[in-house]
Amino acid sequence: MTLYQFLFYVFASSAVISAIRVVTVKNPVHAALFLVLTFFTTALTWILMEAEFLGIVLLLVYVGAVMVLFLFVVMMLDINLAPLREGFVRNLPVGVFVALVMVVELGLIVGSHAFGLANYPAPTPAAVGTSNTLALGSVLYTEYVYPFEIAAFILLVSIVSAIALAHRKREGALYQNIDAQVKVNRGDRIRVVKMASSTPVESEADDDTSKLSGRKAP
Amino acid sequence: MISLSQFLVFGAILFSISVAGIFLNRKNILVLLMAIELMLLAVNVNFIAFSHFLGDINGQVFVFFVLTVAAAEAAIGLAILVTLFRNRRTINVEDLTEMKG
Repeated sequence: MTLYQFLFYVFASSAVISAIRVVTVKNPVHAALFLVLTFFTTALTWILMEAEFLGIVLLLVYVGAVMVLFLFVVMMLDINLAPLREGFVRNLPVGVFVALVMVVELGLIVGSHAFGLANYPAPTPAAVGTSNTLALGSVLYTEYVYPFEIAAFILLVSIVSAIALAHRKREGALYQNIDAQVKVNRGDRIRVVKMASSTPVESEADDDTSKLSGRKAP
Repeated sequence: MISLSQFLVFGAILFSISVAGIFLNRKNILVLLMAIELMLLAVNVNFIAFSHFLGDINGQVFVFFVLTVAAAEAAIGLAILVTLFRNRRTINVEDLTEMKG
């Protein structure tokens, strides 16, 4: 068994086991953490398949941003777990049955008779110095530049819609009124008071002495 | 060496696990969203495996777009979830009957 095979089996088996834990574990926080482990090990198998850029992107974007978003939501919501687990045991046989049937059928389709090494020989490893990022970028920014811009627009729309959905006006919170701030003129803020310049101030000395004595008294 | 079919079977197993997860956690929207993420990941494994074995970079470009759409979907889904929980104090699928669907 070569190191490549050993690494693939280690990564694939840990990804499958943690994926099973994602759907069976009781606590959603643990499910999110197992999903992080699944993404991590799957990213490692992608790197084995010389998709280094996408492997790192999966780690940075998915594990770093999306899964942290999941964890944030899971921890923010105060969920009563008991009613959510109802039907787990009841649905277990049919769920496992459907999954097993799907695995067997997909295995028959994509098994080694059709996609084995005889039909699809293992590609030669990329030469030292070839850049997966360069290859991906040179296609992405030329041939796929229009879909790329659409993808950017989808992300923008999703940001706006997420904020619009989750934002709310709270009672008693203080908000900036930009319109009123812009429209304000000098007369609203400043009042010029005419005062005589030399009015003798009376009883100031008395106040001072009383303050001093008051401070000394204790 | 690892053959293409082994990578494809790996993706198939991940996909089936997430289908089973949708069956098992029918009540919990959070785990349903996680199962959908897992499904998209399994599909991406297939794309990258074919891209590697056919020597075609276009499969990786497609994975890039799938990742983009999946991130947008997760963000909007979680925003809907937060709004839902704020209004109903529950994320149980059984309790969401406003639309009479």
